[in-house]
Amino acid sequence: MCTVCGCSEGETKVHGHDHSHGHADHHHHHTHDHHHYGHGPAGVEVPGMSQERLIEIETDILSKNDLYARANRKRLAENGAFAVNLVSSPGSGKTTLLCKTIEALDSVSLGVIEGDQQTENDADRIRATGAPAVQVNTGKGCHLDGHMVGHAMEHLNLPENALLFIENVGNLVCPAAFDLGEDCKVAILSVTEGEDKPLKYPDMFTAARLAILNKTDLAPHCDVDLSLYEANLRRVNPGIEILHMSARTGEGMAAWVTWLRNNLADKAVPKAAQ
Amino acid sequence: MHEMSLCEGMRGVIEDQARVHNVSKISRVRVEIGRFAGVETSALHFAFDVVMRGSVAEGAELVTLELPGRALCYDCMKEVEIVERLDPCPLCGGGKLMPQGGDEMKIKDLEVA
Repeated sequence: MCTVCGCSEGETKVHGHDHSHGHADHHHHHTHDHHHYGHGPAGVEVPGMSQERLIEIETDILSKNDLYARANRKRLAENGAFAVNLVSSPGSGKTTLLCKTIEALDSVSLGVIEGDQQTENDADRIRATGAPAVQVNTGKGCHLDGHMVGHAMEHLNLPENALLFIENVGNLVCPAAFDLGEDCKVAILSVTEGEDKPLKYPDMFTAARLAILNKTDLAPHCDVDLSLYEANLRRVNPGIEILHMSARTGEGMAAWVTWLRNNLADKAVPKAAQ
Repeated sequence: MHEMSLCEGMRGVIEDQARVHNVSKISRVRVEIGRFAGVETSALHFAFDVVMRGSVAEGAELVTLELPGRALCYDCMKEVEIVERLDPCPLCGGGKLMPQGGDEMKIKDLEVA
């Protein structure tokens, strides 16, 4: 039973494809059949200057999402978990990076939530490393939201003081707007994507605490200017931390693992308290 | 492309408020959207008409009010107003600006028919 929305587990099958389709009809999302696009009303009625009543509400459009995100954040804090929301374009190497990270983290407790529009491929790749993973298929959705992640967390059932990796849908636009309850966003940018990518999609890099410049082993073959990548990242987010990484060769992995361990140590709840 | 999701969020808020105030028809919805909210207003209008069908706000007019973008300049350390996300600091010409506002997405008020 979802503690925030009260929807029953029966409606939620997070592990596979059923999840998205079950959720697509879920009343909280008000998802409509998008096939009826061409048949809009002939004319939208615009009221005149009549003396209508005004209800002032001043409410955030994403207030419901934020409610779910707050509940997730509270649960993570109580469990001493550190959660990163991994965001990037499709093909930046998120899943490979994650698989290698899990190997490098060795004995650290962790769990993974995988977001994709379709398939369970990524969760299968994570599970092959031995780590628990829950796949969320968003169907037509271009991002994960707080509600989906809350349910996925229930299925993951993380142990205390664990890392939670949330691999968002590959998309540099929409996931920037949706709080999932994570501690921070980490943006992954591969060196083949072009130095001006942070300028083209500033919102995501502004929202991220750390940027990982991935696939650096390819840099010599692609005529890329790594310092220009850094300058453009800092132009849209002067406070951003930057790591160079090659998931393939292992360059930068030690620094990334240290970053994760330190952040987890800061959030972990004392075991002695039990 | 998340304007559809935003409208679904709006529908939820509007239906809740309509229940609370016991109204059955909303004729106008005013929203405040910051310049850096990443919202395409034309897409929002399109999605609004589609998503509000069958709700108390079906056929309602959507009015978007744009809020300015504010940013902290890391060179002169002053908070400034900028029009485009990549504009330089209007005071010192610096190029490292961190948004401090302008990502608002808020329903301001509803007009009851």
